[in-house]
Formats: sequence, C-alpha cells, structure tokens
Amino acid sequence: MITHPTAAELAEALDAVEAGPEATLAGDARAAFIARVADNARATLEREAALGPSAEAAAVTRLSALLGLEGDFKTLNAELCARLGDGRLAPLDPVVLAHLRACVIDQIAIDQPGYSGLAALEAAR
Amino acid sequence: MDVSTALSALAPRLSPGATTTIGARRLSGGASQETWAFDLDDGTPLILRRRPPGGSMSAAALPLSTEAALLAAVSPQGAPVPEVVHVCEPADGLGEAYVMRRLAGETLGKRIVRDEAFAGVRPGLARRCGQVLAAIHATPLDGLPPLETSDAASELARYEAVYRQSGAKRPVFEAAFRWLAGRAPPLERPVLVHGDFRNGNLMISPEAGLIGVLDWELAHLGDPAEDLGWICVNSWRFGQWRKPVGGFGDYQDLLDGHAAAGGAPMSLDRLLFWQALGSLKWGVMCLMMYASFASGADRSIERAMIGRRASETEIDLVLLMERSA
Repeated sequence: MITHPTAAELAEALDAVEAGPEATLAGDARAAFIARVADNARATLEREAALGPSAEAAAVTRLSALLGLEGDFKTLNAELCARLGDGRLAPLDPVVLAHLRACVIDQIAIDQPGYSGLAALEAAR
Repeated sequence: MDVSTALSALAPRLSPGATTTIGARRLSGGASQETWAFDLDDGTPLILRRRPPGGSMSAAALPLSTEAALLAAVSPQGAPVPEVVHVCEPADGLGEAYVMRRLAGETLGKRIVRDEAFAGVRPGLARRCGQVLAAIHATPLDGLPPLETSDAASELARYEAVYRQSGAKRPVFEAAFRWLAGRAPPLERPVLVHGDFRNGNLMISPEAGLIGVLDWELAHLGDPAEDLGWICVNSWRFGQWRKPVGGFGDYQDLLDGHAAAGGAPMSLDRLLFWQALGSLKWGVMCLMMYASFASGADRSIERAMIGRRASETEIDLVLLMERSA
C-alpha cells in the first residue's frame, strides 16, 4: 500500500548493501549499523509480502463504501486525499476516522510492529 | 591543520592552566555540524561544535555563533546549559565553531526512560522541564542575534508545501493538515523557542536531573506552547507512551512547572495542538529524508527505511484526531 519507499525500492537498497563493501567490514560501527538497518528492511519486506495484499484489499473495500466509487487502491486513495484536501470530507468525520484507524493499524503491522503508538491506539478503543 | 592540533594550539586560551589537549574524539556529526569531545591537560572537560569544512548548512540550522550567543543569553535566566568557553575565530583554524564545557550525564532517551539509575529523578523531570522552558521563554529578546519568527499557521503552511511537493498521497496527513489548520492558535507574543526540546536533547544526571538543554540549532521566535508540545510527541517517548512528557512524566506536571516558574498560562488544548503538529512535522521530515533516496541524492538503505517511520506518526495522529472528535 505504501510507496515511501516501495517494496521494490527497499529490495534494491538491500541488494546494494549485500553487494557493497560495507557488508564485509565486520566490527566497524558503521557496518554494524547498516547491517541492523538491512535486517529491519528484510523483515519489513517479509511482513509486507505476508500482510500487504490483504491489507490493501480491505482498504479498497472500505474506500469503495466511503467514496461510493469502484477502482484500485491507488485511484481510491488519491480520491480520498483529494476530498480531504478540498473539504468535501471532514477530517474528523467518523467514517473517515474509522478508515484511517484501520489503515494505520495495518500499515504499522508492516512498517513498525513494535511501535508503542499501536498499543496507545488500541487502548483508546 | 587537523582538529586535534588546532585544539591543542588553542588550549592556553581555553583555560589559564592548560598547555595542550588530550584525547580529541568525534562524537557525532552529519553534513551540517560535528561534535567533538576533548580534555585539557589541566583536567577541564570540553566539547567542540563545528561546521565541517565545505559542510552544507541545512536550511533551518542557525550559525554556530548564534547558537553560542543563545547559550549565553539563556543561562542568566536559570536555564541549565553548557557554559560557552570560546567562540572560534578564523585564526583558530577550526572554521565556524565554538567550545563549551562538557557536562557529565546521559542524553540517550531510551536509558533515561528505563534505566534504574534514573528512577530517582524521573518523577520530578516533567515539572523541571516546564520550569526550564518558562525560563527559556522569559529570555529578553533585545540583544538576541537575528532569529526567524514562526507561528502555528506558518509552520503548517511550510510543512504542507513540503508534503505537496513530495507528491505523496497520505490521507492521514491530508486530514491532519485540514484538522490543524482549522484550529491553529494565533501567536500572541513571540518568545524565544528552543525548537527541538525533547528527550534526546536533554542532558540528564542520575543525581541532579536535568542539567543541560542541548542542540539549539533550531531555535527561533514563536509560541511557547511549541516547546511544550514537542517534548510530548510519542516518537520520543521511547516506548513509554503512558508518560506523555518525554516518556517520563505527565502533562499536568509539565504545565504546573511552567506556570510555577512564571510561564504564560497555557491550556492542555494548546499544548496538544503543538504535539499533533509535531507528529505531523516529523512525519513529513521522514518523507523528505526518503525523498533524498528516491531522487538518487542519497541511495543508502537508512534513507530508504526512514520513510517507513512516517507511519508511526500517522498512528499517533489518528489517536489525537479521535480524541479531538
């Protein structure tokens, strides 16, 4: 769902790490940092492969109902942004907020499953 | 001349009893500034802040001489800051730089919110942050070096422009921009704002609590609530989300400390506005850092991965919008 960065870009950056000199400089602090970031990137890609398709399908279903339109995720998401941007939809509209809540819960499960904001949001149910 | 040699030549001017420096080591640094720790041979512990040769100045960062002038200006107000020992001149061979006393304490937020060593000071820390912010905000503006002025509306507009330029389609950010634009508080009386007052930029001693407010490069004139809101952004609570102030304290303690030290009356609503704007700003910054990967300017994996931190600010913003609805 998320394109900043896309899974393909992450995979490309990972390939560059694995091919690059930094991967071989064991013991160096910078290399250790890069290795940690690369591990996180690999785990993110795995989570995205496992969870991304169903999260996107659920988002499309919600968006179709919310907007009264059919379309793919990219089209419907852009339409939601446009309607929020020009005021046709209000930011605190309960239906909008319910969609955003579901989106951010699905997205954090891919991007940062340990992030404390998830517990905070779920406690506020 | 390398940094260590230049510092040794400078030593007698940094302390009357010193003849040379020992153990100069670089602590951190990006493209726009470096931090070095070193000691004089008379035992004085010091820090050098400098702009690396050819280093680009990020658009928002202040000249280091301005940073040094701000430390000198807030100290008499009672704000704990490192003492500036020397502002470098061209002949010092260090470029744009200044030297300050090195404080002994911890700045790693994760340790400050979790380690047993800080259990004794944590309960009083939020109130103390409020007091210190009131002292900073009371600094007379006459005689300060030139600083930009910004308010809630201008900050929102600035970050919305950056977001629009990125081409990203993030509905949480779209909603947050409209939500916040509709309730942006007017700037009544601009004060000196630190601009990056958060857990991570505070030197904490296990015995004495807050002993130094660091990293003044984003200081400006603006709304005092900006600083109170920024330290409550969930991204710097280090997992301790039930403790909104830096992961160690409660809103009311921060507000009480601020009021007790003479700070202008401030509502929790105003603080929460700036907290939400803080999450939104950090989210847009994550997208900007990713953009330098996407454009090819910096193809490192950490630049790519930081884009995936934008979603942490989105989850925080949804919670704040739900509470406001």
